[in-house]
Amino acid sequence: MNLLGARALAWTMLALCLVYLLLPLAVTLLVSFSPSAVFELPHDRLVLRWYERIGQLDGLADSVVLTLEVAVVATAVSLGLGTLAAIAVVRGRFPGRGAVATFLVSPLMLPGLVIGIAILQWFRFLGLREALPSLLLAHVVVVLPFVVRTLVAGLARFDFALIDAARTLGLSYGQAVRRVMVPVLAPSFITGGLFGFLASVDNYPVSIFLTDVYHRTLPIQLLQWLGESPDPTVAAVSSLIIGLTIVVLVIGDRLVGLNRMAGL
Amino acid sequence: MRSAGWLSLPAGLYCLAFFAVPLALLLFESVSGPQGLTGAYYADFFGSAFAWGVLFRTLWLALTTTLFCLLIAYPAAFALTWTRGWVQSLLVGLLLLPLSLSVIVKAFGWTVLLRGNGLINVTLQALHLTDAPLRLLFTPAGLLIGIVNIFLPFMVLPIFASVGQLDGRLTDAAATLGGRPFYVFRRVIVPLTWPGVLAGMTLVFSLSIAAYVIPTLLMGDAFQTLPTTVATSFLYLQDPHRGAVAGVVLLVLAVLAVLASSALGRRTELS
Repeated sequence: MNLLGARALAWTMLALCLVYLLLPLAVTLLVSFSPSAVFELPHDRLVLRWYERIGQLDGLADSVVLTLEVAVVATAVSLGLGTLAAIAVVRGRFPGRGAVATFLVSPLMLPGLVIGIAILQWFRFLGLREALPSLLLAHVVVVLPFVVRTLVAGLARFDFALIDAARTLGLSYGQAVRRVMVPVLAPSFITGGLFGFLASVDNYPVSIFLTDVYHRTLPIQLLQWLGESPDPTVAAVSSLIIGLTIVVLVIGDRLVGLNRMAGL
Repeated sequence: MRSAGWLSLPAGLYCLAFFAVPLALLLFESVSGPQGLTGAYYADFFGSAFAWGVLFRTLWLALTTTLFCLLIAYPAAFALTWTRGWVQSLLVGLLLLPLSLSVIVKAFGWTVLLRGNGLINVTLQALHLTDAPLRLLFTPAGLLIGIVNIFLPFMVLPIFASVGQLDGRLTDAAATLGGRPFYVFRRVIVPLTWPGVLAGMTLVFSLSIAAYVIPTLLMGDAFQTLPTTVATSFLYLQDPHRGAVAGVVLLVLAVLAVLASSALGRRTELS
């Protein structure tokens, strides 16, 4: 194969790759505007009927509120714990620093379902059966690795001599941290927080074991609907989730840039 | 800042209490019988044809997914590095969108696409490639189409990063010295992009051995893998010992994948 052929192949694969990746999203959007209830595609006109029906979905509002509540609290706690831990790993001079960093990031590499079931068994052993505290405690384990990973990478690039320089120029230690270190680290903070937040909002393998009839997070509620009676209303909810994800990515792009978010 | 190490205590203790201890308990549950420690649950599990089927399906699914992702992502990542400016930003954004989106939403899209009267079949018939609708939903082919789709971005992005670091002067030099294109590709480009390939393969393999939603929705209960066995054992069958054993086996596979990957990475660094 000559070079030209190889280039043509690469471009074709990129095009196919993008079409393939976006296909399920496009279909979900199309179905959500479909006049038919049985997912007939293609269709000739667009209707908003399924969006109007979203309000009548049982349990949607509750699950959205619960999902956001859990994600916000878990992200806030993780940012606190994660920032301290990242500073310790990058700045501390203690044996096993690498091991601590690996340990804190390891929930990301291990199967979520196994972590979920292990936490469930542990909570039962402790006698904790309420869904909300269980979800809050467990989701920190989901979010924390994202925060630690990006903050450790961000801090490793930060030159701590800049703080000394700022102090030489007359700033107090607190001012130096606030005016020099915080702005430099803000992108890592935002990226880790955003991805951690999304991971919590999307999480099903841990949540599936900790939810009960009255406390269903959005992914668990969606799974339930898909199992029971998939109709275009579910497509309308899914389309809103797609829209929300785009908004989050655009905000992330404006704040830190997409390449940084992709870890490139 | 000498005492900075203490700052890792809160996070470390938290992960110990809500991550390490629960996993240790699961491990303990898989070996604790009514009369103390026992290997009986493992013997039961590995003594059944069912378990070997589960193990085989899990590994088959993960390996095939990794292979297909690599075949699509490797050339695509090169083309992505040839783009510039806002076009590249847009394309990276289009990769990040499905990556950040809930698996359940994408799984819903695929159930619609793969149906007998779904878009794929309608298109195939309109192009006269097939006469009757193909059965895709609840078949291994449909499952692969869905699962490769979910994990593909995790392969493209690391390879894209390593191709981006490729020094064009090296390939030029190799060509100037008389290397034919395929030789340059095999001896220069492949070794230099290997770290990205390895990272992508590790990610996709680890994620796909743990996949639960896609096999459940696109294949149903007939296709049991380790994750679906873990979930059904605990949620429906109330058989925590079998679930714990399946969970530990899955955990061991995930850890082995990470260890194998870092060993491979180190070996290439040395050579």
